[in-house]
Amino acid sequence: MSVKSKSIQNKSKDERLRKVSNLKVLLNRPELGALGGSVLVFIFFGIVAGDTGMFSAYGTINFLEVSANLGIIAIAAALLMIGGEFDLSVGSMIGFAGICIAIPAIYWGWPLWSSILFAFSMAVLVGYANGILVVRTGLPSFIVTLAMLFILRGATLALTRLITGRTQVPGLRVLIENDPIAWIFSADAFKGVFTWLGSLGLIALRQDGTPLATGIPASVLWWVGMTIFATWLLMKTRYGNWIFASGGDKLGARNVGVPVGRVKISLFIGTAVAATIYACVQVLDAGSADTMRGFLKELEAIVAAVVGGCLLTGGYGSAIGAAFGALIFGTVSMGIYYTDVDTDWFKVFLGAMMLIAVIFNNFIRRRVTENK
Amino acid sequence: MSNNLVEFNNISKFFGSVIALKDVTMHIKKGQIMCLLGDNGAGKSTLIKTLSGVHKPDEGEIIVDGKQTVFDSPRDALDLGIATVYQDLALVSLMSVTRNFFMGREPMKGFGPFKTFDVNKANSIASERMGQIGIDVRDPSQAVGTMSGGERQCLAISRAIYFGAKVLILDEPTSALGVHQASVVLKYIVKAAASGLGVILITHNVHHAYPVGNSFTILNRGKSMGTFDKKDLSREKLLGMMAGGEELDKLEVELKEIDRTNKN
Repeated sequence: MSVKSKSIQNKSKDERLRKVSNLKVLLNRPELGALGGSVLVFIFFGIVAGDTGMFSAYGTINFLEVSANLGIIAIAAALLMIGGEFDLSVGSMIGFAGICIAIPAIYWGWPLWSSILFAFSMAVLVGYANGILVVRTGLPSFIVTLAMLFILRGATLALTRLITGRTQVPGLRVLIENDPIAWIFSADAFKGVFTWLGSLGLIALRQDGTPLATGIPASVLWWVGMTIFATWLLMKTRYGNWIFASGGDKLGARNVGVPVGRVKISLFIGTAVAATIYACVQVLDAGSADTMRGFLKELEAIVAAVVGGCLLTGGYGSAIGAAFGALIFGTVSMGIYYTDVDTDWFKVFLGAMMLIAVIFNNFIRRRVTENK
Repeated sequence: MSNNLVEFNNISKFFGSVIALKDVTMHIKKGQIMCLLGDNGAGKSTLIKTLSGVHKPDEGEIIVDGKQTVFDSPRDALDLGIATVYQDLALVSLMSVTRNFFMGREPMKGFGPFKTFDVNKANSIASERMGQIGIDVRDPSQAVGTMSGGERQCLAISRAIYFGAKVLILDEPTSALGVHQASVVLKYIVKAAASGLGVILITHNVHHAYPVGNSFTILNRGKSMGTFDKKDLSREKLLGMMAGGEELDKLEVELKEIDRTNKN
């Protein structure tokens, strides 16, 4: 009796649904490549640099911070790429946002928080301009944002020199102390835990007894937070479905009522805002803005997104993948100093990794769309 | 009030000096399958776009449920229950069956800013709906790219019906399909009509149109050559009335000619 009912239950479930192994399900996930790549990278450095201090608290914080900085813009770039567009102006936006914070705060006497808000509103404007130009003209975003790359970098340089006579704006550090919002981008978290670990002798100390790694940098928290938020957005919200649809088939999506234009514009605003978060973290950390900040970051963000499984043609990818793409990038770029390898080789590795990732992604896409 | 779901009266559309459509009239009742036939360039695409709200007609009136209306956008037509399934189907092959089914109209749960896409509900509705047509979606999270052409067509139609279509406009639903696949789709169209929908089936394939249609409107060079009930029209006559008919007769004569000269 029980056997019979069980077999009926199975049948009603769907007899044609073959039991697919978990491995195969995993293979169809876009972030698989970046996950596997991260594991490989950690194994590699674990073997080559395991005893060099790379994985001490201080070393770990170091490569996590580099990964986090890139991750913040890579996640936004990944969302935009899934939505079918590129933003090459991210790097220039970082420089531009930096001086948008520094010049009003230092030269015009604005409180720091208001100049940070000013930078974010400029980011929304730039993102909106990118988006509306791409959507209205139908030109490839590659061209439109390439133009914006030059415009922003040029404007950053020209305005900074015009107002300050230099290309660097230092002197921000004193302003951070009493600012109501600057800590969001600059404070270390879990300081107490690190001090406690230091007092137990588990992590390295400075000569004055404070731990070498003072806490988890704000950028790492931003990175983790943005990954969670972007993944939730993609997988669990209506807007997420619209991102996939807009990138997968613009016309089809529009025909069933997806507001493709609005989705794309908002994604461009997203990359510009992420660039500004990056700029805030860097400017407040260094205490100065530099017109050349963020140079080539747009390409690194694209590498991270592609290594993370995003298709250049849009409609497919993941935020978790991009976060791991950034982790690989950050780990290798810092880890290489702990090995005997000449650091000049880093870019060779970067290019090769991207090439492998693209070939791998192409293979995955074919699997996803063609296996019967 | 007439029992027409929708009436298109004397629709004309001009593009500059080109007369794309002139005085086309069509009435669609519940349960009716109206086949719109015409050769390439007869104005089929322009007519569909006008009926679905993409183009505004320059002359003529559109009456839905007895009320005269103007479509400002495809959305307006859709809101009144006139859904168009285009040849490209508006499906994204990299996205899952469920995500395609609910694209642009995702079911939500939760409140306010925490409203989320109810994936489980969407999955179960999608597989149930596809099951009703006899298409067994093995896994609603599989990508649409893995489905056959006929299955995709049925998915697009089923989606339109689920979202409240009263009149379905189908643009060449069988043109890219093999014989078997085409018959699956045609069967589904007949079923949909039997459940009370009005269907406008656009095709240039008389052999697909004739078995399923109740009435036939033939377009030629932007003008309607009239609407005919099935009982007044034989398949041969229908073939003959399409622009291709005469051509085909001529072709047949010429082929015979070639055949004869070859034999000699």
